[in-house]
Amino acid sequence: MTISVQFSGVCRFYGDVKAVDTVDLSIQEGEFFAMLGPSGSGKTTCLRLIAGFEQPSAGHIEIFGETAELVPPYRRHVNTVFQDYALFPHLNILDNVAYGLMIRGIKKAERYAEAEQALDLVQLPGYGARKPSELSGGQRQRVALARALVNKPRVLLLDEPLGALDLKLREQMQDELKSLQKVLGITFIFVTHDQGEALSMADRIAIFNQGKVVQVGSPEDIYQRPDTRFVADFVGSSNVIPADFADKTNTAGQWASLRPEAVRLVDSGGRTAVVISRSYLGAMTRLVLDINGIRLNALSPSNQALPADGEQIQVDWDSADVRLMDSST
Amino acid sequence: MRSNQQAPVSLKIAAAAGLLFLHLPILLIFVYAFTTEEKSYQWPPPGFTLKWFAVTWGRPDVWAALKLSLQVASISTVIAMLLGTLCAAAVSRSKFFGRETISLLVILPIALPGIITGIALRSAFSLAEIPFSMWTIILGHATFCVVVIYNNAVARFRRSSASLIDASMDLGADGFQTFRYVILPNVGTALLAGGMLAFALSFDEVIVTTFTAGQQTTLPIWMLEELVRPRQRPVTNVVAMVVVLVTFLPILGAYYMTRDGDRVDGQAR
Repeated sequence: MTISVQFSGVCRFYGDVKAVDTVDLSIQEGEFFAMLGPSGSGKTTCLRLIAGFEQPSAGHIEIFGETAELVPPYRRHVNTVFQDYALFPHLNILDNVAYGLMIRGIKKAERYAEAEQALDLVQLPGYGARKPSELSGGQRQRVALARALVNKPRVLLLDEPLGALDLKLREQMQDELKSLQKVLGITFIFVTHDQGEALSMADRIAIFNQGKVVQVGSPEDIYQRPDTRFVADFVGSSNVIPADFADKTNTAGQWASLRPEAVRLVDSGGRTAVVISRSYLGAMTRLVLDINGIRLNALSPSNQALPADGEQIQVDWDSADVRLMDSST
Repeated sequence: MRSNQQAPVSLKIAAAAGLLFLHLPILLIFVYAFTTEEKSYQWPPPGFTLKWFAVTWGRPDVWAALKLSLQVASISTVIAMLLGTLCAAAVSRSKFFGRETISLLVILPIALPGIITGIALRSAFSLAEIPFSMWTIILGHATFCVVVIYNNAVARFRRSSASLIDASMDLGADGFQTFRYVILPNVGTALLAGGMLAFALSFDEVIVTTFTAGQQTTLPIWMLEELVRPRQRPVTNVVAMVVVLVTFLPILGAYYMTRDGDRVDGQAR
């Protein structure tokens, strides 16, 4: 396996602010890698460090084994899909897509043919003569994608590319990006603050918090086995509860996570809980429970008999579903 | 909204009167360029002749004034374009201490009455013992030309997204190529419009010029002097007519160029 992007102890400071703080990452070739975190957690700065718009204050970045520091953005085999798409307003769609090829001095007929192919790839055939201002948000997003891909980058960086789209379009683009990445086989590095997006698309996810990478793993790892309270809180709606409450065999003072869907309604022999509220989510219903003053979310299939608000019920969970966490963060 | 209804007659008359008021005096200037009467503006003109064109052609003072005006206007426009664009880029692209103050200070000269600018420059020049020359006129004109360019450029810079430059670099363009293919096409029309306005402002400027010129005579100063002289008056009108025609053509050209501005694509074509 070739490593496409390697971060070793990379820092980026702005005065006293540590935007990126000692980050170590290695991203494999052909991987769909997501950087997930709240805004200001350093994930976009990491993307800009790979693109070359920022230089690390300390540490070392390698792209395909070559030192990346001091290589200007225009000499890196990396292309970016920008958050605001950054299409050139004075050029039509075809010239926008062909821009990188034009810069490289490729003949007009040839670069237009390649640009047309790239537009076909993102399902916008025949849009070449239009102006960016005549396209919808989703279409502009596809043009930005085509404009990056036409240069055949070895790494494609995507900065919250779906942020400005409505839900339906976003889901559709998620599927398309995923299959596009499979077809092209190049590394996609994707920055997002939407955990659903990261979980559904990425092969691996790095969770960012306050400039640091707090956990790297597959979506299953991240979701089922969060290392820290922060990850458990940020990725989905895990219950964070005292460890000795979750499982009597644990020592007090630690924290544990428990997925809401792991909480089962039982007839007897469980713990006594009071239903505080319930919300219908379609296939599942979310119950907010109170067990001796501790709040717990439970997800139950909507097709079974569900208790009413204020009702006393019995719940239980397997100790295997309890995940102990690093108590420091 | 387009209405199919006819406008009332009174409104039509008012509109016609307004247009006549604006343009009739200019037409009169043209008519007097052909009059046979040279000492006063007599109406109706006693006769028509083309001889004033030949007379004007043969007057070296007209040529000297025209040459000086063209030189002053072009050089101060070029200086203003350089400084104004750089300043606009700095103010709109980066944040630094005193940014708003600089913005205000750049715009201030156009708000000041020309006479203040003129007196201030004149005393500054004599304090620094700079002899009056074409260059002092150019400096004076550049003070207000910069404002025009700056205002046009800063508005355009603010409208174009900063990530366009990142995008261009990302796609393999170095600094020069980014300037050539992205920045220039985006601010080009704004610079053209600003440059034309600056040129026109400088070309007919009188007040600042009177304070910053020594023995030099620009075209508007020459016209002012000529009006008090009772000889060969129609020569002034001939010059005025030529100036109107000569300035009108580039404005018309620029109008068609910027109207087509959506399609200026910075590509070889």
